[in-house]
Amino acid sequence: MGAYVMCFVLLAIGIYAILAHRNLIKIIIGVLIAQCAIHLFLVLIAFRRDGEAPLHAAEDSPALMVDPLPHAMVLTAIVVGLATTVLLAALAIRIYDKYGTYDIDKIRELRG
Amino acid sequence: MSASATITPLFVAIPLGAAFLTVLLARRWGWLADGLGLTATFLTMGMAFAALGLAQRGRTAAIHPVGGWDPPVGIAMVMDGLTLFLLVTVNIVAFLTALYAVNYMRAFTAKWQFYALFLLMLAGMNGVVVTGDLFNLYVFLEIAAVASYALVAFGTERHELEAAFKYAIMSTLGSLAVLLGIGILYSYTSTLNMADMAQALRGHEGAAIPTLAGVLFVTGFGLKAALVPFHAWLPDAHPSAPAPISAMLSGVFIKSLGVYALCRVVFNVLGMPEPLLSVLLALGALSMLVGVFLAVGQWDFKRLLAYHSISQIGYVVLGIGLATPLGLVGGLFHLFNHSIFKSLLFLNAGAVEWATGTRDLRQMGGLRRRLPVTSGTTLVASMSIAGIPPFNGFWSKLLIILAAVEAQRYGYAVCAVVVSVLTLASFMKVVKYAFLGATPERWKNVREVPHLMKAAMIVLAVICVVGGALLLPAVGEPYLSSAAEVLKPGLWVAD
Repeated sequence: MGAYVMCFVLLAIGIYAILAHRNLIKIIIGVLIAQCAIHLFLVLIAFRRDGEAPLHAAEDSPALMVDPLPHAMVLTAIVVGLATTVLLAALAIRIYDKYGTYDIDKIRELRG
Repeated sequence: MSASATITPLFVAIPLGAAFLTVLLARRWGWLADGLGLTATFLTMGMAFAALGLAQRGRTAAIHPVGGWDPPVGIAMVMDGLTLFLLVTVNIVAFLTALYAVNYMRAFTAKWQFYALFLLMLAGMNGVVVTGDLFNLYVFLEIAAVASYALVAFGTERHELEAAFKYAIMSTLGSLAVLLGIGILYSYTSTLNMADMAQALRGHEGAAIPTLAGVLFVTGFGLKAALVPFHAWLPDAHPSAPAPISAMLSGVFIKSLGVYALCRVVFNVLGMPEPLLSVLLALGALSMLVGVFLAVGQWDFKRLLAYHSISQIGYVVLGIGLATPLGLVGGLFHLFNHSIFKSLLFLNAGAVEWATGTRDLRQMGGLRRRLPVTSGTTLVASMSIAGIPPFNGFWSKLLIILAAVEAQRYGYAVCAVVVSVLTLASFMKVVKYAFLGATPERWKNVREVPHLMKAAMIVLAVICVVGGALLLPAVGEPYLSSAAEVLKPGLWVAD
């Protein structure tokens, strides 16, 4: 249970970083933290106390097998996250080229 | 396996393959980019119509087990009435915008990059629509979304980069909400297959955990669909993209990733719990009102259109949220109509910008004589979006208003009427400032856009005029009614 709470605390930290920071790079780091929190959540739902990988566990005890599917999901989600992060970083670099700053208060030219 | 199940994976495979071929070949032989883009989109459009001919009626689903692994273990691709409806809509718009882009994108360098991203986005959208697996839906959603961030930033000017960054951050947060929701539902039901999950959730409609997941899905998909209060990115992102991409994003992207995914999950997987439906109704009405109020004061042609997208998506969600048979047909019909007329309007705005170099309505004026095709098609699209009979927008709005009255939601019906009037006012402004009046000296030498751009706009305008015919049972039955059939209560039937 504690692990789940920590996981949501991590998510909250990530979202806080996105909302509170004015620096593009710190916002990207916030997104990364939030992503990690979700990945951690997926790993946690697969966890079984005293469980083993299905390959090693006794055949008649599915309750002792660690669920392998969320692990596959997390791998995929990490790859997706990589693509997003690289693109965000590339955008941040191009923005720096144009505006000469990472501060979003100085970049704000579009009205909401 | 039935014929329509056999071709289902091709809707993803063709654009995906063409995207990679474009990167491999067209960077060396530039002329291949147009050819590959047009061929791939034409093929997917043709296949969508062919699948319509194979008539996968109603909620009877044709299932393609990917890699031969039968569901629920393997990933399934599912073709039913709703999937088919979205596939036809998405691929018509994709082909016509690709046709338009042949001429339009000549102004940009590196056309092959444009087509590669365009096709990736199309593969992602088609994938979201055909998949029957919740995690697979997330993956396709991200393919489409990442391609769209890059496309919004395609011009790499100051505003485009800023809009793309804002859009990417907000949309990533939406995707994370979706992923969290999927994780929660998976731990609750131990399956990812949508039909299987729906079965497992039967009898648990009001339980706390599926409701929590439902809220996360409404947030995540609502962000993709730009429902108010999740709309802040859309008015920046959609106008910043090149015109064909604005047309794709506003026309079909927010619908396949936002509205379709939301409907699929809320109606088919979660079994349409009452509280979520009321949330959808409220969000729909709010989007309608806020979008149109913000649109009225805009002077940037594309930004005005972007605000109207928020407002019109509100209509779609309101109709679907009513969850009555009439409301569902009305909502889905408006989804189709909005794809057609909003992509046409963005192509028009692109054509005006192409000819005059400006998007500011105050600087235009008197373009009717110089741009006869553009102004004529804009007039058709404006009347469609404003709901003037006999154009397609009139019939779908009428259905939504009737459905609201029938469900005794009079407040929502009044909202829909008021928003319709404000939309009309806003588009009278567009037509008046851009096209009517005397032609100023500086626009005397403006030339009409090239033929392929004209052709794309004319075809869309023709669909706007005849689109109302879909309400006739003989024409619309295999298309519109069978899509609405899927969203009615009850489980799927496998073919």
